Amino acid sequence: MADLRSNLGGITSPNPFWLASAPPTDKEYNVRRALEAGWGGVVWKTLGEDPPVVNVSSRYGGLAYQGKRLSGLNNIELISDRPLATNIAEIKRIKRDFPDRAIVVSLMVPCEEASWAAILPIVEETGADGIELNFGCPHGMSERNMGAAVGQVPEYVEMVTRWCKQHTRMPVIVKLTPNVTSILSPARAALRGGADAVSLINTIQSVIGVDLDAMAPMPVVGGQGTHGGYCGPAVKPIALRMVGEIAREPEFRGLPISGIGGISTWRDAAEFLAMGSSALQVCTAAMHYGFRIIDDLTTGLSNWMDEKGYASISDVTGRAVPNFVHWNALDLNFKTLASIDQDRCIQCGLCYVACEDTSHQAIGRSKVDGMRRYEVIDAECVGCNLCALACPVDDCITMVPQPQTAEKLTWPEHPNNPHRILAERAG
Amino acid sequence: MIDIAAGRLSAATLARNFSDAHPPLTAPQSVVEADRCHHCYDAPCIEACPTGIDIPGFIGRIATGDLGGAAEAILDQNILGGACARVCPTDILCEGVCVRVKQGERAVSIGALQRTAVDWQMAQGQPYRRAPARGTRIAVVGAGPAGLACAHRLSLRGHDVDLYDARPKPGGLNEYGIAAYKVPDDFAQNEVAFVLEIGGITWYGDRVLGQNLSLETLRETYDAVFLGIGQSGVRALGLAGEDADGVFDAVDFIETLRQSPPAAVPIGARVVVIGGGNTAIDAAVQARRLGADDVTLVYRRGPENMNATPEEQEWALQNLVTIRHWATPAAIETEAGHVTGVRFARGAPDETGKPVYDRGELTIPADMVLKAVGQLYEDPIDGTLALSGGRILVDARGETSLPGVFAGGDCTAGEDLTVAAVRDGRDAAEAIDTMLTERGR
Ligand SMILES: Cc1cc2nc3c(=O)[nH]c(=O)nc-3n(C[C@H](O)[C@H](O)[C@H](O)COP(=O)(O)OP(=O)(O)OC[C@H]3O[C@@H](n4cnc5c(N)ncnc54)[C@H](O)[C@@H]3O)c2cc1C
Ligand SMILES: Cc1cc2nc3c(=O)[nH]c(=O)nc-3n(C[C@H](O)[C@H](O)[C@H](O)COP(=O)(O)O)c2cc1C
Ligand code: SF4
Repeated sequence: MADLRSNLGGITSPNPFWLASAPPTDKEYNVRRALEAGWGGVVWKTLGEDPPVVNVSSRYGGLAYQGKRLSGLNNIELISDRPLATNIAEIKRIKRDFPDRAIVVSLMVPCEEASWAAILPIVEETGADGIELNFGCPHGMSERNMGAAVGQVPEYVEMVTRWCKQHTRMPVIVKLTPNVTSILSPARAALRGGADAVSLINTIQSVIGVDLDAMAPMPVVGGQGTHGGYCGPAVKPIALRMVGEIAREPEFRGLPISGIGGISTWRDAAEFLAMGSSALQVCTAAMHYGFRIIDDLTTGLSNWMDEKGYASISDVTGRAVPNFVHWNALDLNFKTLASIDQDRCIQCGLCYVACEDTSHQAIGRSKVDGMRRYEVIDAECVGCNLCALACPVDDCITMVPQPQTAEKLTWPEHPNNPHRILAERAG
Repeated sequence: MIDIAAGRLSAATLARNFSDAHPPLTAPQSVVEADRCHHCYDAPCIEACPTGIDIPGFIGRIATGDLGGAAEAILDQNILGGACARVCPTDILCEGVCVRVKQGERAVSIGALQRTAVDWQMAQGQPYRRAPARGTRIAVVGAGPAGLACAHRLSLRGHDVDLYDARPKPGGLNEYGIAAYKVPDDFAQNEVAFVLEIGGITWYGDRVLGQNLSLETLRETYDAVFLGIGQSGVRALGLAGEDADGVFDAVDFIETLRQSPPAAVPIGARVVVIGGGNTAIDAAVQARRLGADDVTLVYRRGPENMNATPEEQEWALQNLVTIRHWATPAAIETEAGHVTGVRFARGAPDETGKPVYDRGELTIPADMVLKAVGQLYEDPIDGTLALSGGRILVDARGETSLPGVFAGGDCTAGEDLTVAAVRDGRDAAEAIDTMLTERGR
């Protein structure tokens, strides 16, 4: 049995799955049931200064794609709308009753040192294992110069992180907003400020859809809408990219990452670990199916690790990072070809139309004994994968890497590269 | 003791037995089902539909909530898409070739989805506008699926149509033949009204070609004639006792049932149905649903030889119809002029597969016998038109041996299916339109 215990900058938990700071971690009732169900930890719903914020009614919008609900989730909620003292008392009880779990408190107060200096001792007194700085909330709070408004300015990120390190002995996790051009700048700022870890991604600014009757963006609040933050399975590719970009830069070596963004299955979890995460956070999947999914996440991850011979989470963390390279490092002499398993083929023709209309006319169509037959024309196939992706049957179209006929050749070395030619001329 | 009686079951049970056998999908169910479509390229289901409906196209429109667009895709090809959604043997047509089946899954429920779209459109009304009237007049004889499809398409193209039928009501077998639980709630008449809403079609009932309607006169009066007069004859068993009391043609029995409240239709306690097609299945199942205790359907060969589709055979079994194979009727047994049973010779296939009935006899007692051994084209115009295989001969355009006279549906060769009749009627209309256009009409 694989050892699922995780350690994120000194914060330990029996498994790497924490509930992200959001409605599932909004109050004692939820958190207690989540921890009883087996979650490794929680990041408490973001606390702010009193008086608490006020939330609107009609808060979420969902993206349903071909029958799959909540492929993406968008929300216009703010931070905790309950008094600070209530939250603090509950956190204290939870930490007392669940000493082995990671109990992290998310914070967002105005960008003034006094505000941070005031709230940190109060949180520390709960016995919480660490704090997470919410520099990500893309709506409502940013308009009050908090959340993403801080997270988008590296100088502020660094400054606030430094204040926190000065005013508390608790580990500080900096939660990054994806609403930036380069995720590396705020990550660098967090590192300079002394962050013990970073977590990412927070939600992505979005309009989930337009209500065509109300003629207003959704979710509609009294006939109007506003942009919100996007999360759920649809954002996973964006999150993986950002996690990997930080993980592969040598300057961040030793900065632990808590991976967040669309994690719904053990497979997603394994991918985030492989791209450099030491721990993980989940929100939408729990909001969709409830706390019980923790069983599938832990069992699935553990079985997969056993199968692959990974003994611990740290064995998996970063495994794919050395292979996550810049485009320029890819081998232009590598070739892969589509191959259709005729026994599995259901003759839907989807590979044919995809390649014929939008790719390389590399799939031939014929009728053999009255049956449709689709065959790859190897000479035309550029190995783009489109047909294999469009095919509705598992393992029917496979991409077969071809024997290497020439040495690895990258773009910087390629004859077609004008810069290379210039370099040669100069040389 | 002969036991034939009406009202064997309570009114509530009868109402349930003759209501929609396959209720419609709800709107959310339709979207879930629509999302199962792979949207095949050159989809096999389109090829398998005699009217060539763009099935992935209409299903995609259902998935995105465009029911009007979905209905348009269906009705453009098949104006009787509503009937077809209910009566087509989809297991041997579109759904039978659905690639989902090759994947080891259930076919997309194309028929049920078609019903979702067309029912929606029928509630809104007929969506087509006629082309400007062209001053042409066409006689359509027979108001079954072939005649209706032909009349609608002709009207759409701007021709005026007079629609004649021997019966008092239009609809053909949709009104008089299809099993009651496939088209409940007067669906056939509702659909006729929907089709005729396009305008330009004038309906004349009780006009019998060869009696009070002459082909000669029609040819003189109209620019073209279309015959969709179906098959009004039935095959006989050729056995003594066939005209005994209690022996009926299945189609007559079904027609009575379609035209009366079920509680008024007499049915035997023990019923024997002879035949292996869909008519036999429909007769047997409806006999059970009227309250017959024992219904035995006897077919002279094996299940794989039956004309009834596998799904319909299954449906009969679900309705507790006993199906016996490899027995051919030898005699109708009677007592005092009333049937008491049917004696069969039992058989088996020989090495070549040909049936040989040398395995003794089997007598099944019956209060009522329903014969369903096939319909026949009865020529009402005594050889005026050339026949082929006992039905009206037509060329690829649907034209008969008399120029300007077209025919289609069950009175011509081909599959005896509602959807095939619709295709024939539609295509003949296009051929007539082309012919008249070429003549500058
Ligand atoms: C019992 C039964 C059940 C069936 N069930 C199904 C089913 O579930 N699914 C399916 O796809 N198909 C089914 N069929 C077959 C289907 O009903 C026919 O293929 C289809 O109706 C043929 O259409 P049509 O327009 O050619 O003929 P019909 O529907 O037979 O219409 C012919 C019309 O012509 C009229 N007519 C006949 N002679 C004259 C004349 N001399 N002068 C004027 N008018 C005349 C008739 O009154 C009738 O209205 C069934 C058939 C039967 C008998
Ligand atoms: C394979 C691929 C290649 C693309 N190449 C380009 C490109 O060269 N230039 C560009 O402006 N956008 C490019 N795009 C982006 C598309 O134009 C488009 O903005 C994007 O796919 C979003 O549209 P969608 O709704 O189809 O996803 C590419 C997209 C794909 C899938
Ligand atoms: S991999 Fe791309 S180019 Fe090759 S056959 Fe498939 S779709 Fe066509």
